[in-house]
Amino acid sequence: MSATTDMAGQEPQIASAARTDGPPAILLDKVNKWYGSMHVLRDISLNVAQSERVVVCGPSGSGKSTMIRCINRLEQHQEGRIVVDGMELSDDLRSLDAIRREVGMVFQSFNLFPHLTVLDNCTLAPIWVRRMPKKEAEALAMDYLERVKIPEQARKYPGQLSGGQQQRVAIARALCMKPKIMLFDEPTSALDPEMIKEVLDTMVMLADTGMTMICVTHEMGFARQVADRVVFMDRGEIVEAGVPDQIFNDPKTERLKTFLSQILRGH
Amino acid sequence: MAEITAEATTPREVPESPAAPRRPPMLAVGPIAWLRANLFSSWISTAVTLALAYLIVRWAIGFVDWAFINAIWSVPVTEQGPQTQACRALDHAGACWAVITEKHRFILFGTYPYEEHWRPALCILLFIGLYVVSAMRRFWRPALGLIWLATLLLIGGLMWGGVFGLSYVPQERWGGLVITLILSTFGIALAFPLSILVALGRRSRMPAIKLLCVLYVELIRGVPLISLLFMASVMFPLFLPEGVNFDKLLRAQVAIILFAAAYLAEVVRGGLQALPKGQYEAADALGLSFWQKTGFIILPQALRLVIPPLVNTFIGMFKDTSLVLIIGIFDLLTAGKTAIIEPAWQGFGVEVYFAVALIYFIFCFAMSRYSQNLEAELNRHRVR
Repeated sequence: MSATTDMAGQEPQIASAARTDGPPAILLDKVNKWYGSMHVLRDISLNVAQSERVVVCGPSGSGKSTMIRCINRLEQHQEGRIVVDGMELSDDLRSLDAIRREVGMVFQSFNLFPHLTVLDNCTLAPIWVRRMPKKEAEALAMDYLERVKIPEQARKYPGQLSGGQQQRVAIARALCMKPKIMLFDEPTSALDPEMIKEVLDTMVMLADTGMTMICVTHEMGFARQVADRVVFMDRGEIVEAGVPDQIFNDPKTERLKTFLSQILRGH
Repeated sequence: MAEITAEATTPREVPESPAAPRRPPMLAVGPIAWLRANLFSSWISTAVTLALAYLIVRWAIGFVDWAFINAIWSVPVTEQGPQTQACRALDHAGACWAVITEKHRFILFGTYPYEEHWRPALCILLFIGLYVVSAMRRFWRPALGLIWLATLLLIGGLMWGGVFGLSYVPQERWGGLVITLILSTFGIALAFPLSILVALGRRSRMPAIKLLCVLYVELIRGVPLISLLFMASVMFPLFLPEGVNFDKLLRAQVAIILFAAAYLAEVVRGGLQALPKGQYEAADALGLSFWQKTGFIILPQALRLVIPPLVNTFIGMFKDTSLVLIIGIFDLLTAGKTAIIEPAWQGFGVEVYFAVALIYFIFCFAMSRYSQNLEAELNRHRVR
């Protein structure tokens, strides 16, 4: 992890750079969701400021993935309000499209389009959703592939890349839409250990650009380094939230203490 | 844990002399080894191999005798008609290909006016040209749709006539191979897009559309094609107001399209279901609209997955067009059947059916080979 430490170490004050005074990038207000009779999100309220980096952790089945998937409506919530970049999520398809244009998402299983080359994966949405000219979209894609350090793979198909490379392409693909907010749903959980670092490095680099980010992850090292705030969820509710120091060194609740001890034992 | 990793990363010892790679022993690979392993591995296997080889050789010799050596390729035609005594004297020891020599134009073109046979012949060539062009991937662009439209209009003009100084030929006189090609080409070209819409509709979240598509598939699939053809030819005109009449061929064509689309829709739906949910979610998360998602992400992958069953259905459909004989349309098979009604040629069904089967086989086998190529080519992205 030395490389990530170095990168973050260059600007130690960046962790507090979140602008909490402006309008929130994401606002969740008493959000509730049920799968059938199972109550999976209970009164979730969360404010994410512009440029804030929030890490969401918690045991599996705690609703963390469901929560961030509600933000771009891959899941539908049944009660409460979700406001993204000033637009309220509703059944109105136009506002949903507008929100999805501004919110990039990275999945646990990459979900690259296997029949398209890496470059086409990155340019498809800018060309068809942003109506960007092809040349421009390709230049932009190459620029982002450069930043995630795999420009030489642009003409290959996703199946020809390693897991870590695929996930970096997925990040580049999301960034090509120039989103204001990035959601990460356990981006390193499906990776072999030696590939986790290259993806985390990419995420740290992204955090340094001032991107608003919500990351569901079990990488506590990453949380300590870049998170402005760590949110701990369990059984569909937010149990504790605070700066990483407080969450990791001074947990208030029994549930968080148990979770942390399990996580630390596991590593 | 650390030790294991360290060990795994140390390079293995390289053999001393990489210049002389060892070859596998001759008796373990190569054709001789294959024969020994597969055909002569034990005395039972050897006995079975020899017995079957004998039967195959006997049959092959018999076939060559019948089809080539003893065959009669033409017979004299006098004013009383063709003189087939020589053929009859053979008593099935040899094929009487003279029936094909005499009747091939009837089999290919049916009752189309004799002196105008060049028109359906040109149509058959146009169809084949259309298939060849469509099979080449570098022509897969929007203009191909225009080429199809133009070719089909041209074929219509040639067959009907009444334009450019061509004499008018009513549809009742069309027949033979060209009918089979018309029914199957239009059938596939229209049923395939329809089936995609039905498959998408069946997965729609809108209950009315979903119900409509389910009803369509279940109703059409629940009845035999023959009954649909009967309905199209007999019942459908009863519901039309006096004086309104659609061409019989057109009605049969519509029945075939509706029938094939129901089957194809289920094949396409299978492909849609086989795609991981993540592909839909990734496309949604990027903000692609429904049609963009379907057109760029979902269908290209789903259809690749179902190329074998799709072509299976296409081939089945190509041969199913022969069922139109029951409503009196003169397709390739019916033309062949009719050719041997003439007293002089009665009893030479084997030769005619053999020739007709060969024509069907050529088209079906071409489809099959092409689909295998296409599958390999389109799925190259899956090869590492």
